[in-house]
Amino acid sequence: MSQKIATREAYGKALAALGKVNENVVVLDADLSKSTKTAMFQKEFPNRFFNMGIAEQNLMGTAAGFSTCGKIPFASTFAMFATGRAFEIIRNSVCYSKLNVKVCATHAGITVGEDGASHQALEDLAVMRAIPNMVVLNPADAVSAEKAVFAMAEYDGPAYARFGRAAVPVIYDEDMTFEIGKGIEVKEGKDATIIATGILVAEALEARELLSNEGIEARVIDMHTIKPIDIEIIVKAANETGAIVTAEEHNVIGGLGSAVAEVLVENKPVPMKRIGTQDTFGESGKPKELMEKYELTAKDIVKAVKSVIKMK
Amino acid sequence: MLKKNATEIRKGIIKAVHAAGSGHPGGSLSAADILTTLYFYKMKVDPKNPKWEERDRFVLSKGHAAPVLYATLAEKGFFPKEELLKLRHMGAMLQGHPDMKRVPGVEMSTGSLGQGFSCSIGMTLSSKLDGKDTRVYALLGDGEVQEGLVWEAAMAASHYKLGQLTAILDYNGMQIDGLNDEVMTINPIKDKWESFGWHVLEIDGHNFEEIIKALDEAEEIKDQPTMIIAKTIKGKGVSFMENQVGWHGSAPKDEEAEKALKELGGAN
Repeated sequence: MSQKIATREAYGKALAALGKVNENVVVLDADLSKSTKTAMFQKEFPNRFFNMGIAEQNLMGTAAGFSTCGKIPFASTFAMFATGRAFEIIRNSVCYSKLNVKVCATHAGITVGEDGASHQALEDLAVMRAIPNMVVLNPADAVSAEKAVFAMAEYDGPAYARFGRAAVPVIYDEDMTFEIGKGIEVKEGKDATIIATGILVAEALEARELLSNEGIEARVIDMHTIKPIDIEIIVKAANETGAIVTAEEHNVIGGLGSAVAEVLVENKPVPMKRIGTQDTFGESGKPKELMEKYELTAKDIVKAVKSVIKMK
Repeated sequence: MLKKNATEIRKGIIKAVHAAGSGHPGGSLSAADILTTLYFYKMKVDPKNPKWEERDRFVLSKGHAAPVLYATLAEKGFFPKEELLKLRHMGAMLQGHPDMKRVPGVEMSTGSLGQGFSCSIGMTLSSKLDGKDTRVYALLGDGEVQEGLVWEAAMAASHYKLGQLTAILDYNGMQIDGLNDEVMTINPIKDKWESFGWHVLEIDGHNFEEIIKALDEAEEIKDQPTMIIAKTIKGKGVSFMENQVGWHGSAPKDEEAEKALKELGGAN
């Protein structure tokens, strides 16, 4: 886990590679192509790149129109504007008719940092998850982010993917498999399970190390697909480890924590804690400082795991 | 001939909305002559093969006027006219607002204002990217242009020089709460579209010769999208519905439907 790459970098790289093998792919952006990294696609395929200007609603509507003509549009902007400002266009023009549009949002979560609360999307997973027909992805590192882009292109229907701004540890080898709807058991363990998503998977792995030093064996699951959620892997973890902690860079309301809680309550209720922002807006700061203040670190996960084990 | 088609379409609107017991007759009747001209004079479509790749596309951005689109598609032969009598009923093909996955000939699911127009930008860009000469037509309501999304799309259409796109504004002057000019004026509407880089024409939206001339002219403009501002009468063709805001979104009762159909030349 020495190398660090931002998942948005992987997104741009994957798009440029995807463009070579799939000529139906078109990419749309809203004046942020250098930040979202779609400029990497634009450089290779200028005629299939469309800058729609600072107009996120029309970005999504145009993408919907493209998809009705057999194109596979990847519509990109920051998570806040994609899922907030353009929500209703995604709902009514894209998801209602199950159109083949990929909404790819970067700069999600609190680690966008210094820009502050207005730019820290902490509810994007919740709002996208609530729309029928929408698939919701949140890759953990650069390798899985690249694979997620290819998996989305293969999948026929609307999909949302969340990417981050900051460089994060590379967890996976190049041969990892990204299958939409299937969580990955990254590390075994019998005492409790940490189900993490996005950049919190790296924190979960660090937490596992810390716990292991104290003789606690925690399982770690990377839940890169928030919807459809992998019920099987959650129930198995509940049965075998008897306690669950979820970890996400998102409000605890409506995201991974809620999705896992719904599965547990209906299938196998076990003690559970949710790591995430506690229904609050963020503030300006360095990503690391914010992760600490809003209790999203390995240390916080360790504390939660110890507490769920006591509740068993 | 077009007049006969338009009258049949108007009858279809009345029958459908009456059978549904709800819906939007006013803005459907105002657009009947425009849709008639598009489907029976201008557009390349094949009712037997609705997904024909070389077809022109029509997007009803003012999706609440679904009855006029349904009645037009039925008149053109995309599906049997009997379906019109099931409008808005549980399990029916014809939903309250157009659903592209259920209805042959419907190119985009619409109903949330401004969105269909925005989708038509993507369709036109796609056609252009593929080097096709197929055209895209979008019908907007006058109240609809109060949506910000319309102007985002308008800006993009001229930026990308979408000569293959023709928009038509069904300008009947009324919206749910009253006259446009009282609720939120859209004027000077011609100047607005021109300043956004569109080729703009103003016509009488019930005069077939003028509609034909405008649609033909739009086709000659290659590097600019065209907006046809069509002055219309809300409720056109049914005397007691004409220019009445109240008929924006209410269905005629039995006697009213009978009277309307009689005015249009009988139930058949």
